[in-house]
Amino acid sequence: MAKSRHQELGLTDEKVLDMYRTMLRARKIDERMWLLNRAGKIPFVISCQGQEAAQVGAAYALNLEEDYAAPYYRDMGVVLAFGMTTRDLFLSGFAKAEDPNSGGRQMPGHFGQKKNRILTGSSPVTTQLPHAVGVALAGKMEKKDFVSFVTLGEGSSNQGDFHEGLNFAGVHKLPVITMVENNKYAISVPLDRQVASETVADRGKSYGMPGYQVNGNDPLDVFAVIKEARERAVNGEGPTLVEAITNRLTAHSSDDDHTAYRDKEEIEEMKKNDCIMLFSEYLKEQGVLTDDAETAMMKEIDDEINDATEYAENAPYPEPTDALKYVYAEEGGE
Amino acid sequence: MAQMTMIQAITDALSTELKNDEDVLVFGEDVGQNGGVFRATEGLQEEFGEERVFDTPLAESGIIGMSVGLSTQGFRPVPEIQFFGFVYEAMDAVSGQAARMRYRSGGRWHAPITIRSPFGGGVHTPELHADSLEGLMAQQPGLKVVIPSNPYDAKGLLISSIRENDPVIFLEHMKLYRSFREEVPEEEFTVDLGKANVKREGKDITLIAYGAMVHSSLKAAEELEKENIDAEVIDLRTVQPIDVDTIIESVMKTNRAVVVQEAQRQAGIAASIVSEIQERAILHLEAPVLRVTAPDTVYPFSQAEEVWLPNYEDIIEKAKQSINF
Repeated sequence: MAKSRHQELGLTDEKVLDMYRTMLRARKIDERMWLLNRAGKIPFVISCQGQEAAQVGAAYALNLEEDYAAPYYRDMGVVLAFGMTTRDLFLSGFAKAEDPNSGGRQMPGHFGQKKNRILTGSSPVTTQLPHAVGVALAGKMEKKDFVSFVTLGEGSSNQGDFHEGLNFAGVHKLPVITMVENNKYAISVPLDRQVASETVADRGKSYGMPGYQVNGNDPLDVFAVIKEARERAVNGEGPTLVEAITNRLTAHSSDDDHTAYRDKEEIEEMKKNDCIMLFSEYLKEQGVLTDDAETAMMKEIDDEINDATEYAENAPYPEPTDALKYVYAEEGGE
Repeated sequence: MAQMTMIQAITDALSTELKNDEDVLVFGEDVGQNGGVFRATEGLQEEFGEERVFDTPLAESGIIGMSVGLSTQGFRPVPEIQFFGFVYEAMDAVSGQAARMRYRSGGRWHAPITIRSPFGGGVHTPELHADSLEGLMAQQPGLKVVIPSNPYDAKGLLISSIRENDPVIFLEHMKLYRSFREEVPEEEFTVDLGKANVKREGKDITLIAYGAMVHSSLKAAEELEKENIDAEVIDLRTVQPIDVDTIIESVMKTNRAVVVQEAQRQAGIAASIVSEIQERAILHLEAPVLRVTAPDTVYPFSQAEEVWLPNYEDIIEKAKQSINF
């Protein structure tokens, strides 16, 4: 019997099911965040919906015990794969003191978790890229085998930091993998009003690195490209730019209405190509997933989300006086 | 002891810390083989290798952004911004990123970065080379801002800055780089950040300054002495945090103060010091606290520089105005 696509990539049935579970967790957490927002319980949501395949496909091609991630605000799939928990994400959504990202100091989607090697990020886009390059330079100098994985939207690829960071990575052949999640909109501005080059991947050439465009709606396609990029990186062959073509199924954020700048047909068409649905179909075709197993998986995830929501909602907020902490090192502290 | 210029003392401090701590890295535009446009890093690449002392592409935001990444991995980056006006290209990386790593991660990350940069007027470099932007930096919580006025302090303060666990902006006044030599120990020593130095004791009036203006203030004090006015001169050395205790102690003794800065008058360090004095010592004052500053214009072209910059005569004038109030 011919091997399936995932087997060709060296992925076991168990592994692809795990990938699917992570995609589904990201989606379901995101959907719950919207409900909580509309119920007036959390202030803001910025979605991963539609981009889970690219995020999870890429993350599973990395070494999740050693590699570093510098994610952007939509990357719930990436941070879940790197070890952030559902509870952590709800603590962030509710901006509670126990939130491991920032202790409730930043907006949701500003991921950062030292123990899981997720760099803390900022609000202006693309600032994470030079940070990731610095991490890669450190790894190269210390002769460590980790790679630095950084993601951003295609709109962010127009920032100066994109150019400055990737150029340095190219000059010094650093182990950096940059994945642009091209969902074709920078909030409301469509791709043809953002990017002058034919593709974002084309920009790799000017930084002395290969640029690949990949179907970001298929986690296996993304996995294959990132796996190859990681091999190049750890073999000292330098950085790679990957452009994953994705869809943004929701408005930019909970404060945006995307029907103001997108046709109904376009939105409907995207939903017909929902990456979660497509991967579920693939797994069922391959006999890896059954309807019953999927139902059980969803129930398990729902239970986890209910527990996390309840925990986070009841958790204490930071004390107002906590705002005075962590500006400078404490006397004698690190 | 050796006789050193300020630039030599800075090179010496960099060399000392590169030797002491293998996590220290020195990089920036032209700092490698060329040794820096002012020769601050001369010979360092040769001695410590291209991995630890290296040239970067011409990209200030990338330089500081990358420093943030390096610092998360335990390194102590000492990047150079070639002229301090060019920091505008990196303002987000400095104030939005490095300064906030500790705060926004709830203390889990921090950024022990020392950003060195030449600045200051009087050497015929126009705007964006000579600008005094320390006020802008000092307004960003999370940063410390250090400005030495002499070779001894430059070495001791730079070593302290590199060892500091918070980001430090270390500003080197170009006019002081080679204007004089003084004795500087060849062995390592530190000068504490946040501690002012009383350069001259006096009982009639306190002159508060930093950087090149310390020398103008000392000269003014010498002239004032001829007219039996005994001025105390304080060199702040660090403008964030400011050593307010030393200032207040002095003002309580002299009851009069003039604050001197090379920067423009609007906002800024001098205004902040005036506020501190009136909040903490108003009943000790015999006269309003006055300021000597540059005018509120963009740093001028070379021909206007001598007129535009504050000088010792301006300081004498304000000191007399205070005395005669």
